[in-house]
Amino acid sequence: MSDPVLIWSYLAQGPLLWLTATLLAYLAGDALSKATGRQSWANPVLIAVILLALLLMATGTDYATYFEGAQFVHFMLGPATVALALPLYDNLPRLRPAALPMLAGLVAGSGVAVVSALLIARAFGIDGTVLASLAPKSTTAPVAIGIAEKLGGQPTLTAALVLLTGIFGAIIVTPLLNAMRIRDWRARGLAVGVAAHGIGTARAFQVNATAGAFSGIGMGLNAVLTAVIAPLALRLLGG
Amino acid sequence: MIRMLAIILGFQLVGEVASRALGLPLPGPVLGLVLLALACILRPALAEAIRPTASGLLSHLSLFFVPAGVGIVAHWDLLRVQGLGLAVAIMGSTALALAAGAWAFSVVARLTGTEDRQALKDQGRE
Repeated sequence: MSDPVLIWSYLAQGPLLWLTATLLAYLAGDALSKATGRQSWANPVLIAVILLALLLMATGTDYATYFEGAQFVHFMLGPATVALALPLYDNLPRLRPAALPMLAGLVAGSGVAVVSALLIARAFGIDGTVLASLAPKSTTAPVAIGIAEKLGGQPTLTAALVLLTGIFGAIIVTPLLNAMRIRDWRARGLAVGVAAHGIGTARAFQVNATAGAFSGIGMGLNAVLTAVIAPLALRLLGG
Repeated sequence: MIRMLAIILGFQLVGEVASRALGLPLPGPVLGLVLLALACILRPALAEAIRPTASGLLSHLSLFFVPAGVGIVAHWDLLRVQGLGLAVAIMGSTALALAAGAWAFSVVARLTGTEDRQALKDQGRE
């Protein structure tokens, strides 16, 4: 029989192990989410991330090694974003009459996301690089990183803050908007796309196709608007 | 399946090149999304052709965020330094933004008379 240490050192080198682990962790998270009837606290991304983080710690694997395997999954974010064109196309008849409400929801959600994040963080004495990294946290990761870099933020910190925002938004959207008695799927979807980008959009698709389509639109429009709002807000509030 | 994936990747590629060449604030995939939606409007047959592949990708949208999500752990020390302030800022501002966005949408929909009975949650249950 071969030495288990040799087998491990072989696996630790290639992408196979961590690619497989990522898929299995997601399947476990998705199964748990389904078993709870898609309860929002059982977020599949959150569960998979926790499982993988524990596994990385237990095996003493660093993130760079993990990402070598997981990058194939990460790459699929791009094509999946392009695929959002289909629900957008399907909902075109719904879109035109909703232009004004969408604009209102977008401006309110986007503005509040940036300004309130900066105000709260400043109240805790956060400034400089960290504040600049926080400003674009509600937009989709590639845009947020680009904005943060221009503002003097730190790209890796921004990516982590964006992900935490998405997971938190996806978890609270259902109970929060139920408590507010907002029943319009278009309003619910757009709001979660603006506040919690793609992870919020993934949650919206779990619940309702119209909400998913409006969430994808909210995410796309907010990427543009935050690029304009974040530098202005940081200049005014960055002190 | 492979052909449809090639089409979707092709739109992403065009979006990526256009975004960089023109210095647009939109990232390549988002521009690809817009272009693909326009192409579907011009040729409805395209929408039906890519439907199975696109739906397959979208039904597992959550999966694609997992590798980046694990990155939170890699930056744990960085996050812990100003952990409380960042946590309150993220949770507070995300909840406020969700509430503000959904509320503004609903109010303007009511004011402009553009409510959509088909798009109501728990339709007919009350």
